[in-house]
Amino acid sequence: MKPNKGSSDKKLQKSKPPNKADDKWVLRLYVAGQSPKALTALANLRKICEEQLEGKYGIEVIDLLINPQLGKEDQILALPTLVRKLPVPVRKIIGDLSDTERVLVGLDLKAVG
Amino acid sequence: MKKAEPRSVLMNLLKSPTGIQGFDEITGGGLPSGRPTLVCGGAGCGKTLFGMEFLIRGATMFNEPGVFMSFEETNEELIKNVSSLGFDLEDLVRHKKIALDHVHIERSEIEETGEYDLEGLFIRLNYAIDSIGAKRVVLDTIESLFAGLPNQLILRAELRRLFRWLKTKGVTAIITGERGGENLTRQGLEEYVSDCVIMLDHRVTEQTSTRRLRVVKYRGSMHGTNEYPFIIDENGFSVLPITSIGLGHIVSNKRISSGIPALDVMLEGKGFYRGSTVLVSGTAGVGKTSLAAHFAEAACKRGERVLYFCFEESPNQLMRNMRSIGIKLEPHVQKGLLQFQATRPTLYGLEMHLAVTHKAVNAFKPDVVILDPINTFIIGDKPNEVKTMLMRIVDFLKGNHITALFTSLSSAERAQESSDVGISSLIDTWLLLRDIELNGERNRGMYVLKSRGMANSNQIREFILTDHGVELREAYIGAKGVLTGSARIAQEALENAELLTHKQDIERKRRELERKRKVLGAQIAALNNDFESAESEALKMIETEKDMIKRLEKDKIEMAVSRKSVIENRKPSKLKK
Repeated sequence: MKPNKGSSDKKLQKSKPPNKADDKWVLRLYVAGQSPKALTALANLRKICEEQLEGKYGIEVIDLLINPQLGKEDQILALPTLVRKLPVPVRKIIGDLSDTERVLVGLDLKAVG
Repeated sequence: MKKAEPRSVLMNLLKSPTGIQGFDEITGGGLPSGRPTLVCGGAGCGKTLFGMEFLIRGATMFNEPGVFMSFEETNEELIKNVSSLGFDLEDLVRHKKIALDHVHIERSEIEETGEYDLEGLFIRLNYAIDSIGAKRVVLDTIESLFAGLPNQLILRAELRRLFRWLKTKGVTAIITGERGGENLTRQGLEEYVSDCVIMLDHRVTEQTSTRRLRVVKYRGSMHGTNEYPFIIDENGFSVLPITSIGLGHIVSNKRISSGIPALDVMLEGKGFYRGSTVLVSGTAGVGKTSLAAHFAEAACKRGERVLYFCFEESPNQLMRNMRSIGIKLEPHVQKGLLQFQATRPTLYGLEMHLAVTHKAVNAFKPDVVILDPINTFIIGDKPNEVKTMLMRIVDFLKGNHITALFTSLSSAERAQESSDVGISSLIDTWLLLRDIELNGERNRGMYVLKSRGMANSNQIREFILTDHGVELREAYIGAKGVLTGSARIAQEALENAELLTHKQDIERKRRELERKRKVLGAQIAALNNDFESAESEALKMIETEKDMIKRLEKDKIEMAVSRKSVIENRKPSKLKK
C-alpha cells in the first residue's frame, strides 16, 4: 500500500494544474476489520468512484486493527473514515458512505444539476 | 480494631495515588484504581495540569506509565506548558513513560455520510496504552468532540462505550470537562463518569483570586467534602487538607527561650512551650516586630530553623531595622536557618495565603514560624474568614510541633485585650504591649496577658528598646500609679540618692564603731601594762620573801649544828616509837 502511495504522490505533484477531472485521485479508507460498516463503506466507495472517477482513482484501505499506529497520521476518530488525500485540500468523510449525495459534496464531486 | 482490619482492606476500594500534594490525603489515597474520574471546572482552573501531574507523578513516583490524549493542545504546546512547572515531559516521552496523543478534529473538514462509530479513537487509545503498558490515562478535554462531530446521538453512545471500555481495560483515567451552566460539565459527562467527580474552581472575590478543589463524589470511599484551596506554582499542584487536622496534636513539655531573658523570667524563667502559639499584640510602634526578631534570633542561635512571614516590611528593611537594636539576622539567613517570606497580604486571597503558608512550611520544615502581622489580612476580608484561616494555620502548625509567634496590631481606640482578629482563644501565650502615657511621655509597657500551662508573672514591665536589644525593666509602681520612662528614672534617682545616704550612714556608724573599738583596745593595753608591772613587782616580792624564809631555815640549821642539837633527827625517832 505504502510504496504505491508514495510514488503516486510524486507523480501527482508534478502533474498540476488542478483540473479536477484530469487529476489522479488518491482516496484512503480507514476501517477496523471486516465489520459490516467497513464492508458497506468500501462497496459504496467503489460504486461512487466507478461512476464519477473512472480510471483516475486509487483506493487504499487501511485496517487500523492491523496497523493501529496509522490512525494518528490522519487524525482518525470515527470509523469508517474516507480521506481524500489528493487532490488537495484533504477532506474527510465519515460514515459508511451510504448517503451518496453527501459523499459527493464531501469529495467536492457534486454532480452539476 | 485489629480484627476488622483485614476485612476493611478487602472492602476498601483500591486507589491510585496521584502524588499531588495534599490530594491523596483528602481522598484517602488517591483516585479510584481502574476507574475513570471526572475532573471538571471552568476555563483556566487547572484541569489539564491536574491530569498532567497525575500522569507525571504516576510515571516518576509510582512507576505507572500513562497516556495523555489531548483534544485541545498539541504535544508541543503541552511539553512547553508543563516545562514551566518543572516537568521534563519530553524526557518521559522518550523513555516511554508517557505517551502523548493529540486528537484534532476539524468540523469543516468532515462530512457525515451514514453510519459510523468512534472505533478509531478506541484503537488509537488502545494502541497508545499498549505501546507503553500504561496504567493511567487522561482524556483532556473529550468534550471537544461535541464540537467536531455533528451526530450527538452516536457520540454519546460512543462515549458511554468508551468509559466502559476504559474500565474493562483497567486503567485509572481522568476525563476533564468544561463546566457548564447547570450541570457539572457542558455536555453532562457526569452522567457517564460516576465513580469519582472532582470539581476545580477559580474564584475572584474582592479582586483576589483563589483556587479551590472539591471532591463532589467518590463512590465507595470516604473523602473530605470541603472546598480545599489549592495552588499551582513552580512545583505544580498542591492541595491543602486543612480541616483534616483534629485537635489531637501531641504536646511538648519542652520550653524554649523567648530570646529575652527578662521575659523568660516572667514565664517561670523558662520561656514558651515548644509547639505553642504566641501572640504579641499592641498598638503601632510598641516593638512587636522587635520581640519577634528576638525570638527568631534566639531560635537560630539554638540551631533551629525559622520561617518568617513578613507582610508589611521587606526582609532587607526588617533586617536593617533590627540591626539598629542589635539583632543581627543576616548571618542566620546566610546559614539557611532563617528564611523570609515577604508578600503583601492583598497579593492573594486568604485561602491562597493558607496554601502558601502550608507549602512554605512543608518545604522549609521550620521549628519556629513567625507571622508578622496577622491582622493585615483583614483588609478586604471578612473577620470570620480570617479567624477560620488563622485557626487552620494554628492547627496546622501545632500539628507539626512548630512554635508560632504572631504579631497583631491593635488599634488604640479599641479595648486592648481584644485582638482585632478575635483569635485569642487559639492562643497559648499572649503578650500584650501597650503604651503608657505619663508626664508628656509615651513609654512602652508589656505584660503577659495569659500563658496556658504556666505560672506567669502578673507584673507590668517597662519595655525598652536599646542598641543591644529589648530590655525589660520593673516598672515603678507607687502612689501615683505606674511610673515609666523619665518618671521612673527620676524615681530611681531618688531611690539611688536615698540609698547613698543610707550607705553613708552605715559607713559612718561603722567608722564610729571602729574608733570605739580602738579606744577600748588602748585602754585594755594600758590596763594590761599596769597589771603586768604590778604582777612583776609582786613576783619579785614573793621571791624575796621566799629567799628570806630559806635563809632563816638555813640559819636555824646552822645554829642547831653549832649547838649540837639534832632537830632533824628528833622527829624521826618520835615516829619510830
